[in-house]
Amino acid sequence: MQLDRRLLALVHTRRVSLFAAVGFGALGGIAVVAQAWLLAHVIARVFLGGATRTQVATPLMLLLGTIAFRALLSWAADAAAVHAAAGVKHDLRDKVFARLLERGPLAAGRERTGELVTTLTEGIEALDAYIARYLPQLALAALIPLTVAVVVLTRDLLSGVVLLLTAPLIPIFMVLIGRLADVRSRRQWLAMSRLSASFLDTIQGLTTLKVLGRSRAQVAAIRRASETFRFASMDVLRIAFLSALVLELVATLSVAVVAVEIALRLLHGRLDFEQAFFVLLLAPEFYLPLRRLGADFHAGLAGTTAAQRLFTLLEAPAPARPAIAIPMPPTPSLELEEVSYAYPGESGRGSAARPALTSVNLLIEPGEKIAIVGPSGAGKSTLARIVLRFVEPDSGRLMADDVPAKAIDPDDWRRAIAWVPQNPHLFADTVAANIRLGRPESDEKEVAAAARHALAEDFIAELSAGYDTSVGERGALLSGGQARRIALARAFLADAPLLILDEPTADLDPRLQAELDVALEDLLTGRSALIIAHRTPTVMAADRVVVLDSGRVVDVGPHDELLERCELYRRLVHSYGGGA
Amino acid sequence: MRELLRLLRLVRPFAGQVAAATALGVATVACGIGLMGTAAFLIAAAALQPSIAELQVAIVGVRFFGIGRGIFRYLERLASHRLTLHLLGRLRVWFYEALEPLAPARTLSMRSADLLTRAVADVESLQELYIRVLAPPLVAVAVGAGTGFFIGAFHLSLAVVFLCLFTVAGIGIPAGIHVLGTRIGNRLTRTRADLAATIVDGIQGMADLLACGQGASQRHRVEELSLRLVRDRERASRVEALGTAAMTFATHASVWIVLVIAIPMVRAGFFDGVGLAVLCLVAMAAFEAVQPLPAAARHLSEQLAAGRRVFAILDARPAVEDPARPATVSGDISPPAVKVRGLEFTYPGSEEPALAGLELELPAGCRLAIVGPSGAGKSTLAHLLLRFWDPTAGEILLADRPLSDYRLDDLRRIVGVLSQHIDLFTGTVRDNLLLASPAADAAALEEAAGRAELLSTIHALPEGWDTWIGERGLELSGGQRQRLAIARVLLRDPALLVLDEPTTGLDPVTETRLMRTLRQLMEGRTTILITHRLVAMEAMDQILVLDRGRVVERGNHGQLLKLDGLYRQLYEAQQLTLS
Repeated sequence: MQLDRRLLALVHTRRVSLFAAVGFGALGGIAVVAQAWLLAHVIARVFLGGATRTQVATPLMLLLGTIAFRALLSWAADAAAVHAAAGVKHDLRDKVFARLLERGPLAAGRERTGELVTTLTEGIEALDAYIARYLPQLALAALIPLTVAVVVLTRDLLSGVVLLLTAPLIPIFMVLIGRLADVRSRRQWLAMSRLSASFLDTIQGLTTLKVLGRSRAQVAAIRRASETFRFASMDVLRIAFLSALVLELVATLSVAVVAVEIALRLLHGRLDFEQAFFVLLLAPEFYLPLRRLGADFHAGLAGTTAAQRLFTLLEAPAPARPAIAIPMPPTPSLELEEVSYAYPGESGRGSAARPALTSVNLLIEPGEKIAIVGPSGAGKSTLARIVLRFVEPDSGRLMADDVPAKAIDPDDWRRAIAWVPQNPHLFADTVAANIRLGRPESDEKEVAAAARHALAEDFIAELSAGYDTSVGERGALLSGGQARRIALARAFLADAPLLILDEPTADLDPRLQAELDVALEDLLTGRSALIIAHRTPTVMAADRVVVLDSGRVVDVGPHDELLERCELYRRLVHSYGGGA
Repeated sequence: MRELLRLLRLVRPFAGQVAAATALGVATVACGIGLMGTAAFLIAAAALQPSIAELQVAIVGVRFFGIGRGIFRYLERLASHRLTLHLLGRLRVWFYEALEPLAPARTLSMRSADLLTRAVADVESLQELYIRVLAPPLVAVAVGAGTGFFIGAFHLSLAVVFLCLFTVAGIGIPAGIHVLGTRIGNRLTRTRADLAATIVDGIQGMADLLACGQGASQRHRVEELSLRLVRDRERASRVEALGTAAMTFATHASVWIVLVIAIPMVRAGFFDGVGLAVLCLVAMAAFEAVQPLPAAARHLSEQLAAGRRVFAILDARPAVEDPARPATVSGDISPPAVKVRGLEFTYPGSEEPALAGLELELPAGCRLAIVGPSGAGKSTLAHLLLRFWDPTAGEILLADRPLSDYRLDDLRRIVGVLSQHIDLFTGTVRDNLLLASPAADAAALEEAAGRAELLSTIHALPEGWDTWIGERGLELSGGQRQRLAIARVLLRDPALLVLDEPTTGLDPVTETRLMRTLRQLMEGRTTILITHRLVAMEAMDQILVLDRGRVVERGNHGQLLKLDGLYRQLYEAQQLTLS
């Protein structure tokens, strides 16, 4: 695992805690040496010196103190390390989420929400293992064995040499066997996640399987897949666990070698017991940090994998904000000048860039209502996204009263716009909070008035807790029509000079539709509007209709004129003359 | 406790493997103890400078334990992972077998809430029941007992003291940490869920947020929750660190206590100084067995929670069951007549009936359309026809026999359904079709695909019939998915066809083409078409207009248009739609 420079840069900001963790850990190492020496000293005096308990009372009390001190240091080191990790995790999460917002809804829509959320919650948590365990252990795996080796060398040269000679074997074997097992186990991980995914698939498709009368037969398939996976896994594990075997063997055999070698010299009187016992106690402590590093290495690996993903998100390009922003004019005219836009291709899937708008010119005067029509894929939604500044034109300009959009802060720009999408998102919050999104500072009365205008009052009153009912992810489910009325209420509340309206294609109850038409008329009064129209009454009410086809403006004009001169428009209006 | 017993029952078939893995785990720790014990003996004895012959056994012992530990560790890991994999296979089969009778009545609502995904993750986490939860205490008990026995040979009171200390460390510390950790753990779970929900909102609702200029405030909310989460996490980690520190202290303090008690015993001649050295190191090495216990306690409560969640789902009663004396269904089935009398249905947990007082008579081989605005109860009727649920009141007769007289398998052979939601499974195109009729040969597949107008699509795929679709495979368009589903229906050749909003989400051109194919599919079958799109209505023999669970109009297309009611309103609204 290489040390990721970007991750280290983040860790650098929290280096004080991390250094403290290493410092406490190193002090703990010294306590270990002291403890071993005191224990060897006491046993030697009782064993060979025939000392009574009172005679060794002082070293005994020192020993207890050292043990307590060692435990305290262990806690302090861990606490300091997790504190460092906490800071890094928080910084990273905040930055990644901010970058997602900067990149806008389109870029976010290309990501898989579930995966993104997991990365931002559990994925970031996995950094704990890397920052709080692997990094300090990396330092300690060098410091503690070195300290122990120096102490042993001063006591018994030969044992010290044995330790120093065997120590490099651990990382060497770790790397060698790790490489061998890595490729195989990665393949195995893939097989495992595939198996999980296909099991989840089966479970989620249970209804379909049942309707097809195949649900019971699936048991055998599940059993078979699990068996196959087990056999393959055991083959991999037999090799993967070899590293544990070798590590264990190097550590324990070296202790055994030291023990025998010391014993033989004791036998010949070339070493005294206290020194020998001290060295024996220290020998396992020499290997412990190295073995722990091996364990933390694997845990840390998960952290760096998550970090890679996070940095990809963090480094994705986002549109720049203006350095010095010009304020949005109060009731502006909007102008699109030779605007072109193409959706970027996805390199992973080999799809090419897809042009959505080509050289579009459009002027929306204050108070003017413009309907946009066209077959599906004509670029209607893209046009709305450009005006909302969810995407930036590849070429051409967007302007408000002759001020280029680029010079205006996007938040400021969007405050002048109220948007009613086809499928508005409901947030995991109360009904009132969902409406208040339109203007957060509004009070209860204003929220209720907006709901009344949007014809949402009746169904809200029927909800279990009225305006305080929570909706969205973990609350009551609202129908599409109800969600739309919430969005309308947002727009009433926002009271913005420009309205962008995406008419629903899914058919509403015609009785409700008639009522909503009245409410919409009310909303449109005194505002400019850009309406993506799907119904004839809407286009008839508009001042001008823009006909889009394959990203180009085919024609612009009032309904009656277009009906006479535009073939595509005629087809659009009359195509539903009776279905198939 | 009940959950623990139920979980243990899942492990019971592998009792032999559990015993073997545990024995190997005990052997691993025992080798560690043996290594330090014999090493201490070797050095202490050597200090008395006996002849080398007296040390030979100890030298061999040190080497044996040194090698044995590595080998036993290796074997133990293999054995415990083999057990884990066995367990995973069994858990999956067990979960599936228990869930299958509950679907779809009890699982339909879970899809949206992701409860099912969660349950599957829970089931998979239970595979670690042995390795993380059962193994550590089993090994600790065996090691404690063995070491106590060994120490007892020196002096009984020492064994008693050691066992007390071992128990305090093994039970007291994990219990204490568990108590401290539970409250933080609960808060952590809540905070994590809140943060996840806020991030989901921020991503899925980003367009709405930005349009309302609320991006910064959502970022602020995420930031606040994130801060709370890392603080909670830090607190939880500090408790874990406390556990580690307490274990370190307990281990070495225990050695110290044994030492303090044993010193006068050496003086009193119960055993010699060599024994003292051995005692200290054996006691120290034995505590290795209690180190993993705090983590095991944490895993135990996690696994119990996972078990509880899974059991809660599986303990539901199936909504429908096979009849005691089923109707016999012959191999060749002619299109059945469908009669519905006084049908009423209320979803569990709902107050309003979804359907009420529905009467219907559909002669064999005829075509019925059920239309109405969304929320009218149209799909509920389809669910009742497939016996996902049983009606609250009234009955459905299929070929003049109550629906509940049929075996569920027979019923699903008679009734074929095509819905707006098409499940494709990870696998090839061929696999996905074979699912409908495993015995179908290549010619039958070709024919079904041909009639579903899917052949040209399949031939255009990169690997034809063997193209991988579904998760990580090729994504098919909405129209292609529908055609695949039609081919499935054709392969099953049902006598009664239920089409539940088959064209939802398709553009008008695709919709028109698909309706043509569907009309061919209806030939020679009794058909019920459920839709809110009034397309191809002239081809239907009867049309039922539903509104809020009740039939408000009925007749054929021409009659209903003349009625000037809801049907006409729906039809006219559709005429005003631009394509």
